[in-house]
Amino acid sequence: MAAPLGQYKMVLFARTTDKEILRGAQNGGIVTALLSYALDTGIIDGAVVAAPSRSKPWRGKFDPWRSEPIVAMTRDQLLSARKTGYNISPNVMMIKEATRSYGLDRVGIVGVPCQIQGVRKAQLYPIGMRGVPDKIALVIGIYCMEVFPYQSIVQIVEDHGGVKMESVEKIEIGKGNFTVVTERGRTIQIPLNETRDLEQPGCHVCLDYAATLADISTGSAGSPAGWSTVFIRTKIGDEVWKRAMQAGLFETKPIGQVEPGLGAVEKLAVEKITRNKKTLEDRDFIGTKGLRNPYITT
Amino acid sequence: MANKITVGHVHMSGCTGCLVSLADNYLGLIKILDDYADLVYGLTLADVRHIPEMDVALVEGSVCIQDHESVEDIKTARKKAKIVVAVGGCAASGNINRFDRGGQHNQPQHESYVPISDLIDVDVFIPGCAPTPQMIRNVCVMAYLLLRGSDDQKALAAKYLKPLMALAKNPIASKANFNTLMQEVINVGLCMGCGSCAGACPVRAISMEFGKPQGARDLCINCGACYSQCPRSFFHFEVMDEYEAITDIINGAMK
Repeated sequence: MAAPLGQYKMVLFARTTDKEILRGAQNGGIVTALLSYALDTGIIDGAVVAAPSRSKPWRGKFDPWRSEPIVAMTRDQLLSARKTGYNISPNVMMIKEATRSYGLDRVGIVGVPCQIQGVRKAQLYPIGMRGVPDKIALVIGIYCMEVFPYQSIVQIVEDHGGVKMESVEKIEIGKGNFTVVTERGRTIQIPLNETRDLEQPGCHVCLDYAATLADISTGSAGSPAGWSTVFIRTKIGDEVWKRAMQAGLFETKPIGQVEPGLGAVEKLAVEKITRNKKTLEDRDFIGTKGLRNPYITT
Repeated sequence: MANKITVGHVHMSGCTGCLVSLADNYLGLIKILDDYADLVYGLTLADVRHIPEMDVALVEGSVCIQDHESVEDIKTARKKAKIVVAVGGCAASGNINRFDRGGQHNQPQHESYVPISDLIDVDVFIPGCAPTPQMIRNVCVMAYLLLRGSDDQKALAAKYLKPLMALAKNPIASKANFNTLMQEVINVGLCMGCGSCAGACPVRAISMEFGKPQGARDLCINCGACYSQCPRSFFHFEVMDEYEAITDIINGAMK
């Protein structure tokens, strides 16, 4: 694997000029604004996104903290999927579904780095992904340190945080804390050291933080509050971004201008990669035979 | 073109779905046959009685060990072909043939079927039922680059084909089914719940429970798609980091 931040053509701070999207956004509303624009202009005709769970509603409404993948084909559906969920949503399972059951020819997908790896593997080695490789039109990656199984989120919020799940307004992971904001405005911070053991174990062998294989990747790291850091990585990403900028979809700031900037993103990427390489090495010494490293084929 | 490679389709016990999948490249198949490969053998497509010398044998189907002709044919294919590709679940991991108990007219004693790698050395695996047109296309293009390309193209093709060649040498892959995904990925703490396996499964046997794949094993047909599609079964950064360039090469070759 190359540089911690991967290859990119351009990196900048951005936030959407679409007030409706920004109101409900986790940060700068980049993902929702891009997909909404791509949908309007026919760059994509649908997108696989993680949305509040329909299959397991919480007290009569969609559960925002239990994510599940949907194929969004309208702006309203995209708006319903705003905000970060921090739990496992098997988005890649829907890409073939999107091309077949939904009949889409140009599919957008949002995912965390491991999911983008799944998407790219599906494109280069489409072993069970009939028709998928040529129909992926836009791949947006979100930075990711780790995610939690839904049951872990319940445990963190209710046992560690001492508040009920239904009072949660926002969950945010950053600056060393798992932060829960309740609907009445109370903020509870749980140090990530305390929640480390509750993370999804599969995350601990992941060597990508900044979604280096996406067309465009984004996240809050390094950016001022309310903004996002955005990497434009591929030809497709570059083209879509340019068109969106021409359409006045985003306001931007150059990355050098504002602290903490690129250094902060790189620091997190290096931290994740270093820690997880260590986990991979440690796996060699589990028992006397060791466990398999997925990145090495003998 | 004079510099084409020679390819044959060798049909063992299978449903011809793999061949249909190759044909489902539509104009892409014509492009492959025009520019990159001559089809020198194929039960229904080439008027050739005996398996000839060829660069690449695309073998579809399992071998019935009670059918001596099939056993001879697979040995001949190995002798005559430089590269033997197990195309599809039946050739690679046995697939639905694993459930055969015989009794069919007019050879009721034909009851034991094995993937071809149980009998001969295989060079490349393309798992899945059916293997996808795009996967077969990619391997055809890469086989051409490996045998006829420039040094750079040869190196790239070798890099691309490496994990599929490793599968062909891996006894686990020749027995692959949902249990393999379970044992090689989920049970050893590598699964991160991306859903690639559930998307790849041709019979919708995989659902996600607590964010992880759970298989309805009665539905599993042993095609191996879930295991090999999983980004945690094999994932080579030296190939994947060049995803954009490789995609351009494949698309360029098919233009």
